[in-house]
Amino acid sequence: MSPEDHPLHRQLGLTDDELVKIEATLGRTPNRNELAMYSVMWSEHCSYKSSKIHLRTLPTDGPAVLVGPGQDAGAVDVGDGIAVVFKIESHSHPSAIEPYQGAATGVGGIVRDIVAMGARPVALLDPLLFGPLTEERNRWLLAGVVGGIGGYGNCIGVPTVGGEIRFADAHTANPTVDVMCVGVADAADLITSQARSAQQGSLMVLYGASTGRDGIGGVSVLASATLDDGAEGARPSVQIGDPFAEKLLIEASLELIAAGSLEGLQDLGGAGITCAVSESAARAGMGASLDLDAVPLREPGMEPFEILTSESQERMLAIVHPSKLGEVRAVCDRWGLTTAVIAELTQERGLTVRSGGTVVADVPASSLADDGPVYDRPLTPPARELANGEDPTFAPFDKELTGVVMTVLTAPNVASKRWAFEQYDRLVQGNTVAGPDSDAAVVRVAGTLKGLALSTDSKSRFGRLDPFSGAVHAVAESARNVAVTGAVPLAVTNCLNFGNPERPEVMWQLTESIRGIREACLAFDTPVTGGNVSLYNESGDSAIWPTPVIGMLGLLDDYRLRVPSSFPRPGLAIYIVGETFAELGGSEFAESVLGVVAGKPPALDLSKERALHRFLAAAARGTVTASAHDCGDGGLVIALLEAAIGGGHGFAVALAGDLPSHVALFSESASRAVLSVDPADEDALVGLAAEHGVPIARLGETGGPRALVEGLLDVPVAELRDAWENAIPRLLGET
Amino acid sequence: MTSTVPRVGVVTFPGSLDDRDARRAVDQMGGEAVALWHADRDLRGVDAVVLPGGFSYGDYLRCGAIARFAPVMEQVVSFAERGGPLLGICNGFQVLCEAGLLPGAMIRNHSLRFICRDVWLRVETAQSCITGGLTPGETIEIPIKHGEGQWIATPEQLVDVERDGLVVFRYASRTGIVDDDHNPNGATNNVAGIRNAAGNVVGLMPHPEHAVDPDVGPTGGQPLFSSLLHAALAGAAG
Repeated sequence: MSPEDHPLHRQLGLTDDELVKIEATLGRTPNRNELAMYSVMWSEHCSYKSSKIHLRTLPTDGPAVLVGPGQDAGAVDVGDGIAVVFKIESHSHPSAIEPYQGAATGVGGIVRDIVAMGARPVALLDPLLFGPLTEERNRWLLAGVVGGIGGYGNCIGVPTVGGEIRFADAHTANPTVDVMCVGVADAADLITSQARSAQQGSLMVLYGASTGRDGIGGVSVLASATLDDGAEGARPSVQIGDPFAEKLLIEASLELIAAGSLEGLQDLGGAGITCAVSESAARAGMGASLDLDAVPLREPGMEPFEILTSESQERMLAIVHPSKLGEVRAVCDRWGLTTAVIAELTQERGLTVRSGGTVVADVPASSLADDGPVYDRPLTPPARELANGEDPTFAPFDKELTGVVMTVLTAPNVASKRWAFEQYDRLVQGNTVAGPDSDAAVVRVAGTLKGLALSTDSKSRFGRLDPFSGAVHAVAESARNVAVTGAVPLAVTNCLNFGNPERPEVMWQLTESIRGIREACLAFDTPVTGGNVSLYNESGDSAIWPTPVIGMLGLLDDYRLRVPSSFPRPGLAIYIVGETFAELGGSEFAESVLGVVAGKPPALDLSKERALHRFLAAAARGTVTASAHDCGDGGLVIALLEAAIGGGHGFAVALAGDLPSHVALFSESASRAVLSVDPADEDALVGLAAEHGVPIARLGETGGPRALVEGLLDVPVAELRDAWENAIPRLLGET
Repeated sequence: MTSTVPRVGVVTFPGSLDDRDARRAVDQMGGEAVALWHADRDLRGVDAVVLPGGFSYGDYLRCGAIARFAPVMEQVVSFAERGGPLLGICNGFQVLCEAGLLPGAMIRNHSLRFICRDVWLRVETAQSCITGGLTPGETIEIPIKHGEGQWIATPEQLVDVERDGLVVFRYASRTGIVDDDHNPNGATNNVAGIRNAAGNVVGLMPHPEHAVDPDVGPTGGQPLFSSLLHAALAGAAG
């Protein structure tokens, strides 16, 4: 093949049109280093070029929002001068190639985003999607990803408190590996990456790890293209993590921030030094003079473009007034971190890069950071008229229900994920009020009574059938998961995981999903403060299902009023709030029992959902509820069984109504929760439900060793627990 | 010292993770926590020392292998030799073994995976700086969180340890049954914690500092810290 067929800009992932645009900006042909810089900065991963015009439609404002999208992470005010900083990111492409390091460095990257805002990271959550565990490669990916999350997260002193693990065929080629980090800061100490008081002559100090040849072009080569055959060849584009260095980086950075030594702070992640320097300069409305000879290198002989685009981990860039350089160096020395002054802010808007004394690149800083291409890509609904097949709700069904309940209870999506969660340190920092076995994790804010309720959710089975509906359900479920703990849903971060945006059907899925998030977030008053877009999650002709993952932040004024999800004791009355309809479309029952993902996802009335959230918060504040658990995958019966297994108490209930038994048990109608309540509080609970216009019905009582649904099910809780807890280990061949 | 509030030093190594948690536990239980830095040679006159959990220096060589050479360790060792109460938790336990203050060593869990879980421990002796207030045979609930917590020893060491009653805790059921079903990491003889002959030095893999506040976990760590504070006070008075 001749170079004309594969000119450098195309090898780097730039289109011919993008090259023309670069030439117009520079008024000349870019050299090889400049091309490398544009290729990473204008990559899908860094520039959001396919999604930007659609993301702008999301609601991002609210009275509590301190920092919206466009910064390292969003921030909201939770009162008393405390800011909560949070964001979700994906590391799916690297994880598909090298699961341990891919997942590990994903954790490292999001933690640095939070630190760069001036916040101490206090919680991590990991929403993961894999192909079925019946395939060996999927088992290898699961073990590697979970190992990497633990191997990194457990070494940096940030608890991993939640997340979800789901399985679907469509994720066999492309696992989805997202990670959310939450941090806490003094609102007054928040650092936005817009240098606060940076001025001409301010120094850019690179500190932390040295720069090596790992992760060269990670964002452009890996994250912005589909993984085709021979993707193993891309291993050098996967970064290698060193959690020990990260821990030192966190402590040193927080010490520098607390001492007021910095004018600005930026993490080095995707696109490495190029991104950190150009964004810092562009946001300060200035340029920068960057000296590559000053960058500490892991090995000699690195080319300028390699130094410029390396994604070596555990590095930060501080903007420092020259008078403060000494104190910055002293703090870094104390933590054993190398510092190097690599650049200086300049009045001219250019980013001038020198190596060996000569200029090797000279481009306008803002053209890299802000002037990337923006595409309004064609979108078309799929030709099938949402060809969802026959709705499973109406399929005749007369199997014996005990076996069916066991099938759904042990389905990988429903079964206990303890195998994974036990590999994560959920305790460090000592503030984990509720961990991964709760609908939402609850982490108290040290020194206060505030509790942060955190949940990550996706509903890709619904999304496959109707992307709009899938997104609405994902937001609703994450808000509900937070609400059942008693918290008020406050704000959202989202990670949009999709296939190739150059295919009109995928673009349609993306825009429909964004429309769904918009509708739901408007209805719940939960603005979107940031997030991440992960595209090109497809191989050959198999794209992942539309998978927007929602990270929800909720607030409890008093964490001690947190409502647990399991039945805490015998002798309680059990209620269901919300209505159950004949809705098995896209349900766990349909997939694991009937073997189909088909039909119409359940309807969702946003005002009814909101009323439920308000009712749950009021019930928690009034200490009326003893437990509250979301009805999600597997429907009412699974919600009951999970509450029983978790609490170690059986129950006896009877289902009223005229739905067929299997529909009553497994329907996944939205806006429902299972509550337990002390008999003395029953009147108060029912009154509160009426006040909020939420339908409520008494089902039975807790107690005894068995799970009993009159006429349908009668099984010892111990047997259910064994089946539920060991389902995943059994699939992995471990028991 | 005549203070009635015992001062407990908690050493921070690079890579220590549960140092703040240990300090908070000391404070919550009525002591005064004092932060000690790995590079300092000064114990600041504390009455007891805690080596906290974490991954000191990254634990890239062997858990605790580098930390034992930290400047502060010279003072810690001589403090222990003078009879001062010294508690090593998780990584701190590994450091004490590496420093030769306690017998045996830790290898990877038999599952080869990190495990974070609440476990029950049976108290084996009251003759240690953290079990003075407990009765042998009683059980307490405390979480573990480690990847390399399987305690092993040479056959000779094992004989000595058992003969001299140096085992402080064993992994057990809630009712005190010690067996393989209740051994989370494969530790020899279900050993979760051991002491030196004098009882002033104790190491354990479980994390008592995460078991003092009922809002965030079990409370099995409370009697351990009150015993430690008691021992610290006795040492300070004596």
